[in-house]
Amino acid sequence: MTVRRVMGIETEYGISAPGDPSANPMFLSGHVVTAYARAHGLMPGQGGWDYSTEAPLRDARGWEIGRWAADPSQLTDIDDPTLANVVLTNGARFYVDHAHPEYSGPEVTSPLDAVIWDRAGDEVMRRAALLLNPNPARPTVALYKNNTDGKGSSYGTHENYLMRRATSFGDIVRYLTPFFVARQVICGAGRVGIGQDSRSSGFQISQRADFFEAEVGLETTVKRPIINTRDEPHATPDRYRRLHVIIGDANQCDVATYLKLGTTSLVLGMIEAGAAPRGLDLADPVGALKVISRDPTLQAAVPLRDGRHLRALDLLWAYHDAANAWLDSLGERDPETDAVMSRWASVLTRLAADPMDLAAEIDWVAKLRVLQAYRQRDGLAWTEPRLAALDIQWTDLRPEKSIFATLRAKGRIEELVSNEQVLAAVTTPPEDTRAWFRGECLRRFAGNVVSASWDSIVFDVPGQPALQRIPLNEPLKGTKAQLGGVVARSRDVGELLRDLVGVSD
Amino acid sequence: MANLEQSRPQRREGDPDLPPDLPAPAAAASQLSDADLDSVLDEIDDVLETNAEEFVRSFVQKGGQ
Repeated sequence: MTVRRVMGIETEYGISAPGDPSANPMFLSGHVVTAYARAHGLMPGQGGWDYSTEAPLRDARGWEIGRWAADPSQLTDIDDPTLANVVLTNGARFYVDHAHPEYSGPEVTSPLDAVIWDRAGDEVMRRAALLLNPNPARPTVALYKNNTDGKGSSYGTHENYLMRRATSFGDIVRYLTPFFVARQVICGAGRVGIGQDSRSSGFQISQRADFFEAEVGLETTVKRPIINTRDEPHATPDRYRRLHVIIGDANQCDVATYLKLGTTSLVLGMIEAGAAPRGLDLADPVGALKVISRDPTLQAAVPLRDGRHLRALDLLWAYHDAANAWLDSLGERDPETDAVMSRWASVLTRLAADPMDLAAEIDWVAKLRVLQAYRQRDGLAWTEPRLAALDIQWTDLRPEKSIFATLRAKGRIEELVSNEQVLAAVTTPPEDTRAWFRGECLRRFAGNVVSASWDSIVFDVPGQPALQRIPLNEPLKGTKAQLGGVVARSRDVGELLRDLVGVSD
Repeated sequence: MANLEQSRPQRREGDPDLPPDLPAPAAAASQLSDADLDSVLDEIDDVLETNAEEFVRSFVQKGGQ
């Protein structure tokens, strides 16, 4: 068993028009996507999205709700032609989701690759905004990698994990919930303001904690649940489920993203294998989420159903130790898995000793350290607007406006990947999933791609009366190793499709 | 709030079960001296919006997923 798994990160970025608060964020987001698409020869009509296999109202618990019963914002499968929607050559989807530009990273198989293609998404957004801001002194758009405006609105950073369909969803809910409530102490992004609309002043660990109101559910925009039940596998449905994780913050620290994906993948592996730690059921998961988020000392203990009280670090140690025992029992451990386990233990150990020691690795700690120093220097109360401004500007994607980028440029943030890797990933897909084939088709044959989705590409082949739809139902098929030769020797899309028929797996 | 009855796993720092070769966690970067931090704050002063109150007030987003 290993930390490796098909997974990915999708982020809705905050968007504003400096100096023009009345700007319509939907159109603004559309401009961002369209500007980038045009500059890269991807017209929104070309390489658009194929919605034919999407089913946002299908519930993992086994039913599908009627469209009449759904909140309009849940209907994500209606193609609005005024909203741009493209597939990039790195295999990602870049589009407008509700009123935010969203980058859905390509499928990767390792937590380190997740870091690389997540940061590539920041770079795509930065470049897209730059196209609309020829004069940096008078910008028309600003983008932020955060998850709340502090005034009652939240927008998501989601993770997706491919799982075995055979795994009981009840087990996922039961054994994942305590982990999701606790993991914010590693992957929280930090927030100035308490309550959805910042009713109280102060600092909390998570951007999102105040916006979760249910334990399990299908919704993503209202009554947000800790475990989301959307059942759209984007793959062979009787073999796979895609766990759609909506509880998480947008991270900028490499270590936080790396551990978020790595430890979650391991916990899911334990659940699939029946090896998840037992007896950690929380008495009130939604309440515990907020209690933990509001205690940067990490000393708050939350009640379990069996009457015990545990701190977030205790819960995470229980998962860590169970994973360690499980991996030992299997005998074989690969270096990637060992690296995640080591860093996980190291971070938990140091968080217990002094959270501030993690200022180079964990977003909320890095942010809190600067906020506290700022408060100390100028004698500021938490109500001071400069602190809220610092919180927002922490995530500005323009390096000259970003507090986080300022720290990183000074070497204050530990990086696990190189800038070269990130820049390459802006245009290049991961090689070991179907994202490779998707991205390469966009790079080489964009003019013939009518639409694409996670699990299909539709081609318009010159001379052929009907559109040709290539299904990509297996996330690990369509890799460079499998199809690199065929794609390289195809001079046009007709040759590609003829050759594909002759390729066996 | 912190219940002292909590049962806390026994292993912590110096635990022999921990792999001996933990990666060195960017010690240099996290051990910011106060003087270093002061210079960072000075730089942040230059980056922060001059009218913080107005900037914060106008940062209004629509809800998403």
